[in-house]
Amino acid sequence: MEQLIQQLVNGISLGSIYALIALGYTMVYGIVKLINFAHGDVFMVGAFIGFYSITVLHLGFFPALLISMVACAIFGVLIERIAYKPLRNATRIAALITAIGVSLFIEYGTIYIRGAQPEAYPSNIVPLKSLEIFGVKISGQSILILAVSLCLMIILQFIVHKTKIGKAMRAVSHDQDAAKLMGINVNNTISATFAIGSALAGAAGVVFGMYYTKIEPLMGIIPGLKAFVAAVLGGIGIIPGAMAGGLLLGVIEALVSAAGGSLFRDAVAFVVLILILIFRPAGLFGKNVREKV
Amino acid sequence: MKKLNNAKGFWGSVVLAVVFAVVVQFLINGGTLNPFYVNALFSIGINIILAASLHLIIGITGQFSIGHSGFLAVGAYVSAIITMKLGLPFPVAILAAGAAAAVAGLVIGVPTLRLRGDYLAIATLGFAEIMRIVFLNIDYVGGASGMTVSHLITWPWLIACVAITIIIIVNFTNSTHGRACISIRENEIAADAMGINTTYYKVMAFVIGAFFAGVAGALHAHNFYIIQPTNFGFLKSFDILIFVVLGGLGSMSGAVLAAILLTIISTFLANYPEVRMVIYSLVLIAMMLFRPQGLMGTKEITSFFKLGKSAQGGSQDANKNTVA
Repeated sequence: MEQLIQQLVNGISLGSIYALIALGYTMVYGIVKLINFAHGDVFMVGAFIGFYSITVLHLGFFPALLISMVACAIFGVLIERIAYKPLRNATRIAALITAIGVSLFIEYGTIYIRGAQPEAYPSNIVPLKSLEIFGVKISGQSILILAVSLCLMIILQFIVHKTKIGKAMRAVSHDQDAAKLMGINVNNTISATFAIGSALAGAAGVVFGMYYTKIEPLMGIIPGLKAFVAAVLGGIGIIPGAMAGGLLLGVIEALVSAAGGSLFRDAVAFVVLILILIFRPAGLFGKNVREKV
Repeated sequence: MKKLNNAKGFWGSVVLAVVFAVVVQFLINGGTLNPFYVNALFSIGINIILAASLHLIIGITGQFSIGHSGFLAVGAYVSAIITMKLGLPFPVAILAAGAAAAVAGLVIGVPTLRLRGDYLAIATLGFAEIMRIVFLNIDYVGGASGMTVSHLITWPWLIACVAITIIIIVNFTNSTHGRACISIRENEIAADAMGINTTYYKVMAFVIGAFFAGVAGALHAHNFYIIQPTNFGFLKSFDILIFVVLGGLGSMSGAVLAAILLTIISTFLANYPEVRMVIYSLVLIAMMLFRPQGLMGTKEITSFFKLGKSAQGGSQDANKNTVA
C-alpha cells in the first residue's frame, strides 16, 4: 500500500512535467493545427539553459527557471517565425515534415555544438527536505515539481482567460479568419502562443533536470512524444485536457511500473495513444466534430 | 500499339537490370570493387527497397506513416530468428520476414488507417516505438545487446529483391488498385463518393508496403552482422521518410534516386553522424519551404524522355495536389 502511494506520488510528479510540455503542444495545435515536433527539443534546450545558468552563472533555482523560460520563449518564437510561418498556407503534411526537420536540426545542432555527452544536473541547489505523511515519504523534488507546475498552470489559466492576449488566442483558435476581420493581429497572437508554450516547456526542462539529475541532447524526444500523447489523451487543443492528460499518463506509467512492467513503461504511452485514437479520437475532454466536405 | 510499347519498355528495363547485375557481379568477383563499395552498394539496395515501399504508402496512397522502421524491425528480427535460431535457408527468411511484416502491417493498419493526417503519423510512430520496446524486452532475441546474424546477403539476392520490389510496386501503381490508391491520395472523400472502398485500398497499400519493408529488414539484418533495437528508432523512420520526401511525394524514380543519392552522401559522412543529421534536417526544412513537392514532384524519370505524355502514376494538375 505504501509502495502504491509512493508510486502514485512519483506518477503525479512525472505527470505534471508531461502536463507542462503537453500544454505547449495543445496550445500550438489548437491555434495553427500543427504538431510541433520541435517542442520536445525546446524542452531539452530549456533544460540545458537552466543547467548552464546554475553551473556557469551560479544562479539559484528560481532565477535559472526564469532565464530558461524567457530564453525558450524567444527560441520558440524564432522557430515559428523562421520555419513555420512561411508554411502557414501549405499542406499539413508539409508543415509536419518541416516540424520533424526542425526537431532533428535542434537535436543534432546541439550535439554538433557541445557533443552528445550527458550532464549531471546539480540537484542540491534548493534545500529540500522530504516530507513524511501517513508514513509515506514524499521527496522534496516531487513537491517542488508539483508546486512549480501548479503555479505555472494557474498563471496560464489567468493569461488565457483574463488577459487581452489570451482572449485573442482563444479567438484565433476558434476561427482565424473571423479573428483577423475583428482586427486581431493573427501573426502576433500565434507568436505569443508559441512563446507561452515554449516557456512552459523550458520550465519543464529545468524541473525535469532537477528530478532526473541527468540531461542530454536527445532527452527531449521521448518526453516530447509522451507529452503529445498526453495532449491527445485530454483532447488536443483543450488546455485543461492537456493538464489532466499529462497527470493521467504519469499515473498510468507509474502504476504499470509498480505492477512490474517497468521495462515496458515507455511502450505504455503509445498503447494508450493508439487506444485513445481508436476509441475516442477527440480525447477525453473533446467533442466530436463532424467532417464537412 | 501502345501496349506493345509499354511491354517493350518493361522488358527493356529488365534486360538492363540483368546486364547491370551481371556486370556488378563480375566487378565484385574480380575484386575491382573493394569491400567498402560493395557494402555501400548493399546499403543502397536496401534503402531503395525501403524508399519504394514507403513511396507506395505515402507517395501513392497519401497515408502519412512515419513508423516504417517498425516493419523493418519486424522483418529483421523474424529473418534473424529463422536463419540463426531455426537454421533455415536465407530465401525462406526473406519471405517469412516479408510475411511477418505484412501481418504486422495488417494488424496496425486496420485500426489506425481510419485516422487522418497527423493522427495517423503519430499512431504509426507509436507503433514503431512499441515494436522497438518489445524487441528490447525479449531475451530470446538478445534484448538491448542485440542479436548477431551471419552475413548471408549476396549481390544476386539483393538485386533480385530490389528488382522484384520495384516491378511489383510500379505494376501495382499502374493497376486498377493503384489508380484507386491515387484517387484516395488526391481526395479521400471524393474517392469514397465514387464507390472506392477507401479503407480496403489503404490497408492493401499499407500491407504491401509493410511486406517490402520486412524484406528490406531481412536483407538489413543479414548485411550488418548485428541487429539491435536501437537501430530501429525514429531516426531510421525519418531516414526512410526523407528519401520519399526529397524524391517527390508520388514519384517512384524520385524516391529511388533520393535513396541512392542520400545513401552515398551518408556513407561518406559516416564519420560525422551529427553533421549528416544537421544537413539532412536542413535539407528537409529547405525542401518544404522552397519546393514542397520534392525534387521530381509526381513525375517519373521516364517522363523526361517522352514529352507531352503524362507519366505513370502522376497527376496532370501541375503537381499541385500531390500530398494528402
